[in-house]
Amino acid sequence: MSIFVDDDTRVVVQGITGGEGKFHTEQMIEYGTNVVAGAVPGKGGQEVAGVPVYDTVDQAVDAEDADASVVFVPPAFAADAVFEALDTDLDLVVAITEGIPTQDMAKVNKRLSEVDTRLIGPNCPGIITPGEAKLGILPGNIFESGDVGLVSRSGTLTYQVVSNLTERGIGQTTAIGIGGDPIIGTSFVDSLEAFEADSETKAVVMCGEIGGEDEEQAAKFIAENMDTPVAGFIAGRTAPPGKRMGHAGAIVSGSGTGTAESKIDALNDAGVPVGDTPNEVADYIEDFL
Amino acid sequence: MRLHEYQAKDVFADAGIPVPESHLATTVEEVVEAVSEIGFPAAIKAQVHVGGRGKAGGIKIATDEAEARQYADEILGMDLKGYTVEKVLVEEGVDFENELYVGITMDRGEGEPVAMVSTEGGVDIESVAEETPDAIAREHIDPAFGLHPYQARKVVYDAEIPRDVAGDVASILSTLYDLYESKDASEVEINPVMITADREVIAADAVMNIDEDALFRQPDLAEMEDEAAADDLEAKANEYGFDYVRLSGNVGIIGNGAGLVMTTLDLVDHFGGTPANFLDIGGGAKAERVANALDMVFADENVDAVVFNIFGGITRGDEVAKGINEALESFDEIPKKVVVRLAGTNAEEGMEILNTDLVEVEATLEDAVQRAVENAQEAGQ
Repeated sequence: MSIFVDDDTRVVVQGITGGEGKFHTEQMIEYGTNVVAGAVPGKGGQEVAGVPVYDTVDQAVDAEDADASVVFVPPAFAADAVFEALDTDLDLVVAITEGIPTQDMAKVNKRLSEVDTRLIGPNCPGIITPGEAKLGILPGNIFESGDVGLVSRSGTLTYQVVSNLTERGIGQTTAIGIGGDPIIGTSFVDSLEAFEADSETKAVVMCGEIGGEDEEQAAKFIAENMDTPVAGFIAGRTAPPGKRMGHAGAIVSGSGTGTAESKIDALNDAGVPVGDTPNEVADYIEDFL
Repeated sequence: MRLHEYQAKDVFADAGIPVPESHLATTVEEVVEAVSEIGFPAAIKAQVHVGGRGKAGGIKIATDEAEARQYADEILGMDLKGYTVEKVLVEEGVDFENELYVGITMDRGEGEPVAMVSTEGGVDIESVAEETPDAIAREHIDPAFGLHPYQARKVVYDAEIPRDVAGDVASILSTLYDLYESKDASEVEINPVMITADREVIAADAVMNIDEDALFRQPDLAEMEDEAAADDLEAKANEYGFDYVRLSGNVGIIGNGAGLVMTTLDLVDHFGGTPANFLDIGGGAKAERVANALDMVFADENVDAVVFNIFGGITRGDEVAKGINEALESFDEIPKKVVVRLAGTNAEEGMEILNTDLVEVEATLEDAVQRAVENAQEAGQ
């Protein structure tokens, strides 16, 4: 089993005619993902990577029976693209785009509370169920099918931890990059809830970073609701307050909220061991299995 | 992106928020001329992007021309936490009875903006929030509808703002929200709002931070960006367009992706070293960008050794290797030892291209960091 995406997921790519959109559509198809359509206004009737392109997401969903979309639309138009996707019957929207204005995301976030569609991202690497489907830009070759779930705010840190697991022969059920922005769709808690409900996920890795309070909320959720063991990693222990460390969301506020220490303490209190290095996280997971 | 006080006050004044009379000055003579128009007392306020300007000596109140001249001379050109003061705002001193706080920011936990009002103005609002959280009234704003007038009134009454000025304060709050939304601000704040003896309400300070991701649709504000940097390195980072944060250690760090670069910093610390910087080359970097990153880190005289850690997703190992070769082959002698770790997309191709006479190579993140820490310790001795 897996969470959110699998062999049956039928994907429409928004922004499929752009450079990134085209390249990653090819990569997704090569990985075995069912990419069934593209959607780009004004490009209806074209074909990219053997996939038919429609002018609207609605048309693409109707014609090709898609149930998920991946958004590769530039930041100025990305929120509109997500609104368009949320106005259809899609189950899942994965927004890869980095740099969407925060107030646009606040409006998207409001809309999300009114629909049943799940949003992953934005500013994220996407989601992969190894051996079945990849929606996003993750390098497929480092993943291996198995029984560990992974959820992370960072793309390349995900790759690092996954390679630490895969090198030991520990595969993954599903890996999700939830994104490094201040306002995102799917949270740690949403992902952990889904992993807990997945009978094949035997252990979970959660990679957080400084900024916000999502990791603290996740710790609370784990303590109260999870039997599946979780190991954690928190990036940014050495980050100084008030400086944005790359991600828009990765900033320790002047008053000291969002520190690595507070997150590590919260996780430890919830019984979650937190590795000092990505390799130590893999040690904990190996112990769990 | 942060606006200077004088820029934010211009924006506020254009929107109809009352601000004190003021003039921008860059020389002592201009300050003297400004005070002759404004009268005394007059505040002389350094315009730099530094918190706690007052405590650091960047704000002085002049009561006569001699003082104005003296303070102008002191403040103009002074070094405030690494930034040189080139401009001062000369402003009429406001005689006030009360100081209030009014601000709007994004509550990322809720995913929506929140308006905050308090009678505890004129002091650091974060310490108010910590010590007496009940002294701040809050109202969340549905971003689809904006701030309803009743909400502005509600939060003002909840904060127990004096009744005779409550309407004026609510109106300022409504205007602030309009600005917050229309200018794509990440934060707007007036601290303090002063209430004068005549019960006039005036914005004595102005904070306005703009969402960098929205600057593409705020051309007027983008033009106001003052890229004055704390040092040459930050200026260089701006020029190259890197996410760069300078720290105080001696191990230079370059990587791709915020989370992994932060992790590399943490590992340097874990293995007994001290990180010199955070430098994220971003996704999909080409050779030139990689070379620029090395140039950037070599330019920091505190750096004794460098670790270059790439886990390629959309970044390709062969491009990274080309960039490293390009940067290092231009030196007769490599200024600092560089440890490279390449993994992910095209890492093997990268390893074939990489000139291993010029760099040290490690296969894992931990080994690479440990080696760089050792190199830094040796070089620092």
